[in-house]
This record gives sequence, structure tokens and C-alpha cells, in this order.
Amino acid sequence: MSSPRRKFKDRFASRLVQVGFLVVVLLLWYLATTRWGVNKLLLPNPLNVWDQLADVIRKGEYLNDLRITLTELAVAFVISTVSGTLLGYAISRSPYLIKVFEPLFAGIYSIPIILFLPLYVLFFGLGPASKIALGTTISFFPVVLSTIAGFGNVDKVLVTAARSMGASDYQLFRFVLVPAALPVILSGLRMGFTVALLSVIGSETIASLAGLGHRIVNLAENMDMARMFAYIVFVIAIAASLNTVVSVLEARGRRQR
Amino acid sequence: MDGAAAAFSVILPDRALRIENLGMTQAAIPDAAIRVRNVSHQFGEVGEARHVRALLNTSLDIARGELLCLIGPSGCGKSTLLNVMGGLFTPTTGAVTVGTTPVHGPMPHDIAFIFQESALFPWNTIFENMILGMTFQGVPKSEREDRARRALEAVGLDEFAAHYPSQLSGGMRQRAALARALSLETQILLMDEPFGALDEQTRMVLGEDLSVLLSRSKKTIVFVTHSLGEAVFLADRVAVFSARPGTIKEVITVDEPHPRKPEFMTSAKFHRLRDQLYGLLHEEIRKSMSQSAKPKRAYEDQAKGDS
Ligand SMILES: Nc1ncnc2c1ncn2[C@@H]1O[C@H](COP(=O)(O)OP(=O)(O)OP(=O)(O)O)[C@@H](O)[C@H]1O
Ligand SMILES: [Mg+2]
Repeated sequence: MSSPRRKFKDRFASRLVQVGFLVVVLLLWYLATTRWGVNKLLLPNPLNVWDQLADVIRKGEYLNDLRITLTELAVAFVISTVSGTLLGYAISRSPYLIKVFEPLFAGIYSIPIILFLPLYVLFFGLGPASKIALGTTISFFPVVLSTIAGFGNVDKVLVTAARSMGASDYQLFRFVLVPAALPVILSGLRMGFTVALLSVIGSETIASLAGLGHRIVNLAENMDMARMFAYIVFVIAIAASLNTVVSVLEARGRRQR
Repeated sequence: MDGAAAAFSVILPDRALRIENLGMTQAAIPDAAIRVRNVSHQFGEVGEARHVRALLNTSLDIARGELLCLIGPSGCGKSTLLNVMGGLFTPTTGAVTVGTTPVHGPMPHDIAFIFQESALFPWNTIFENMILGMTFQGVPKSEREDRARRALEAVGLDEFAAHYPSQLSGGMRQRAALARALSLETQILLMDEPFGALDEQTRMVLGEDLSVLLSRSKKTIVFVTHSLGEAVFLADRVAVFSARPGTIKEVITVDEPHPRKPEFMTSAKFHRLRDQLYGLLHEEIRKSMSQSAKPKRAYEDQAKGDS
């Protein structure tokens, strides 16, 4: 009976530890800059960073870079989701194709594809196209692999049972295959989203004309450390909220199958 | 219970009459519910590693309204035969007819399956499982809820309609699977070790319920089991399989009206039939064990040759 309350207590306790950890890190950061004399060029004062962040947000200076980064991310994620799920479903229909492509994709997924960024830049230029292409490539693999696994491992008894009751191809897909595969596919999509975000921002910091990653590197090159940190905090906040949204969508998708 | 008793008295003469006709092993039955003719089935091609001859030239008629048990050594082809009867496998050779229709695929309006694992969709509640089965079969939307409720009441699970399969015990899951099959209102039920994963006591109680249900509904049931007691308790006839490649070795008639009472299990007749079955099976199980021991012997021979 006291189990919901107990759960709440546990959650509250672990949140407390997490917040405490962040507070300690901030405190150490503050002490390092004010008491222990760490060079401002290496580590700016957190209060300074806070002021800069407020300035960035008030002026709306981030808007253009944010728009570019998010557009790159969205396009890359949509392309890899559509192509990954369609191709994954097609492959999952044949044990032979699974045997051929699953190890192949898993192998490619395990190499650091970001190493090919120079090639992508040569082919697609310094603009958003190369970020989209790289983000798509990198996020395609978790999506296609989880789709193959999801549709490929549906319990055969359930399929046989549905067939014996007269399920049509469409009904089998809609009421058996999709609900059975959905949890695996959704966690693949979440992973795909995370790696797409990482590779878009990562490649912006290496070679680009605009975007949040570009802005951060630019500030670093101009030694404007406080503002650079302000942008880093900003990107972390954006990434955290996006990941929260995706996790919530995933959980909701799991429930409503 | 009144209804059951009434149905019982109606069914009894009919049953007695039929059983006289069935004295002979594997005799052809006029107007059979299911006819299996010279069915052989193999998996894989000759020479392939996974090649198995599962069924060999099996013929069997199942009368309307009877409960026939299939019993035999593990791996002899009982499930294969059941799947062939239901149109889930196409046999390598031979033919099956249901009524007058040759079987070429699933026949959802005539045949419902119950599998060893309950095969309920785990992401749907028990009630949703019932509705979905009827949706697949093509029952009009307006009838589904009513039929689902009635079938759940028949197996005593009406209070668990909103539960998910994982929230039920194994026995309850099998009852839910039985309810789903009943809601399809087919004349034929094919049950593959439906109570196989349950403990002996639960299994016996579910068997008693099934016996009552059967006497009410006049359904034709083919029931695969490994339990001698279950076979004698439930069946009008028991078909004993030979070791692989499986074929029917003998058919035993259990001349005892449904619904059967637990007392039947302690009767002399029950024990005589059970012992007879055991005698028939024992031989085949020995054979099937020596089959699976063959590779080992080959290995020993090879070892001798080497030394
Ligand atoms: N899909 C399949 N592919 C290849 N071989 C199969 C397949 N299904 C069954 N077999 C083989 O066919 C034989 C008969 O299998 P079946 O499942 O009909 O046996 P069974 O009598 O139901 O056994 P049990 O009592 O253990 O359930 C077995 O030897 C099995 O290895
Ligand atoms: Mg079997």
C-alpha cells in the first residue's frame, strides 16, 4: 500500500543526489576561478558565464545558429528514420537478407564514421548539406539495426496464431508485427536521435560556416571564453530538453501500441 | 449445471451410436468432421542437415462432435499433424478435408487453434485479445463485445477482462486462450498440449471443465497430450503414434459419456485403458530413444576405428 509513496521517496532521494552533484561541481568551478587562481582564459568565472548567457538570450543572437543546427538535425533524423525503418522492415522479411545485412550494418556502425567528415565536406561543401549527410549516415545504423531486430524477432507463435484466426497481411502488420517490434524500434530511434545530434554539432565544430558548434569554435578562437561557455551551457540545455522530449515520446509510443 | 445436464442427456444416445461404428482402428467414418488421407510431411530436402521425415502416410478420420487425443513419443509429428489439419502447414503429400472442403490454408471460420504457449498478444488486455481474434475472423463489430464477455464467463475469467496476459497465472492464460478460441464459434478446436505447461492438479481441473464444455457445445476437438491420464479422461478415442516418422499405430476407444466426473479416474476401466495405452506407448518411446542414440553409436564406432 505504501509502495507509491515509497517510490516517490526513492525518486526524490535520487533527484536530491543528482542536484547535489551539480551544485558541488558549480561550487568547485567557482572556487577554482576565485580562490585557486585558475587562469581566466582557461576557465572563466561562472558568474561571468551567467551574465553572458543572459546577454546571448536577451539579444536573440543565438536564433540563427540554433535554427541552422536544428534544421540540420531534423532533416538528418527524418531521412534516417524513414530510410532506416523502411529498409529494416524489408530486410527483416527474409532470413537470408538478415544474415547478409545485419552483420554488415553492425560492423559499419562500430567504426567512427565521423572520420569521413573531410570526404563529406569535399562532396557536400562546408554548408548544412555535409552536416545533414553525416548526421543521416551515422543515425541510419541504429535505426535500421533496431528495426531489423524488432521485426525479425517477433514470436512465431503469435504470427501463426493470428494467421490461424484469419488475419490479413495488413492486419498481421498492424496488430501483431508493429506492436511486437515497436519497443525495440523506438529505442533505436532514440539512439539515432542522440547520435544525429552529436554528429551534427560535432561536425559543425570541425568544419562549417554556421550553427551552434560553429559559433562555439569561433568564440574559442577569439579567446572569448565566458561567452563560449555561455553557448556551451545553452547547447547542453537544448540537448537535454530535446532528449527529454524524445524519451517522453518513446514512453508514450510504447504504451499506445 | 442444469444446462449441462440437459445437453448431456441429449448427446448421450448420439455418442453411444457413433462409438459402435468406430470399433475398428482407423476405419473410414461417414460424414467425418476432418479426413486425413495418406499425409506425409518432411521438413527440408533430402540430404540437407535439417531434413526430417515428421509424418509418414498417416490416415485418420475424426467424427463430428468427438474428442480425439493424439499421444506419442516426443518429436514423432503430433504437432505437425495438427498443423496440417488446420492448414498451417501444407503436407508434402496427401490431403486433408474439413467437411467437404479440401484444406489449403487456415480456415478461421471452421477451425480454432489453442497452442501450448497461450499465444495471447502480450500488449493487449485479455478483453482486447478476444476482440482482436474476432476482428481477424471477420465477426461484425456489433457482436464482438457480447461474444467476448460470454466466452470469458464460460471459462470463469470475466473478472480478469482488463488484465494483461502477464498478470495472469499460466492456467488462467490457457483458459483465456480457450475463451478466445470459443469466441470464434468454430465447430472444430485443435489443441496442442494446451495444459502441457501446467501442474497435474490444475491440468485435471481444466480437463474436467473441458469435458463439461464439450458435452454442451458438441464441438469436434483434436487434443495433443503427453499425459496418459489426461488422454483417457478426456478422449472419446485416443490415437497412438509410432516413433518418427510418425504414423498412427493404433486407435483406442474410451466408451464413457461426457461430462466425466473425477470418480472416473479411480475406476477400474480408467486404469485398464491407461495401462493399455502405456503398453502401446512404451515400445514406441524406446524406439524413439534408440533413434536419438544412433549418432552416439556412430561416434563410438569411429573412435574404435581410429585406435
Ligand atoms: N519447422 C521445422 N523445421 C524442421 N524440422 C521440424 C520443424 N518442426 C518440427 N520439426 C521436426 O519434425 C519432427 C516432428 O515435430 P513435431 O513438432 O510434430 O513433434 P511432436 O510430436 O509435436 O513432438 P512434441 O511431443 O515434443 O511436441 C521433429 O523431429 C522436429 O525436429
Ligand atoms: Mg508438439
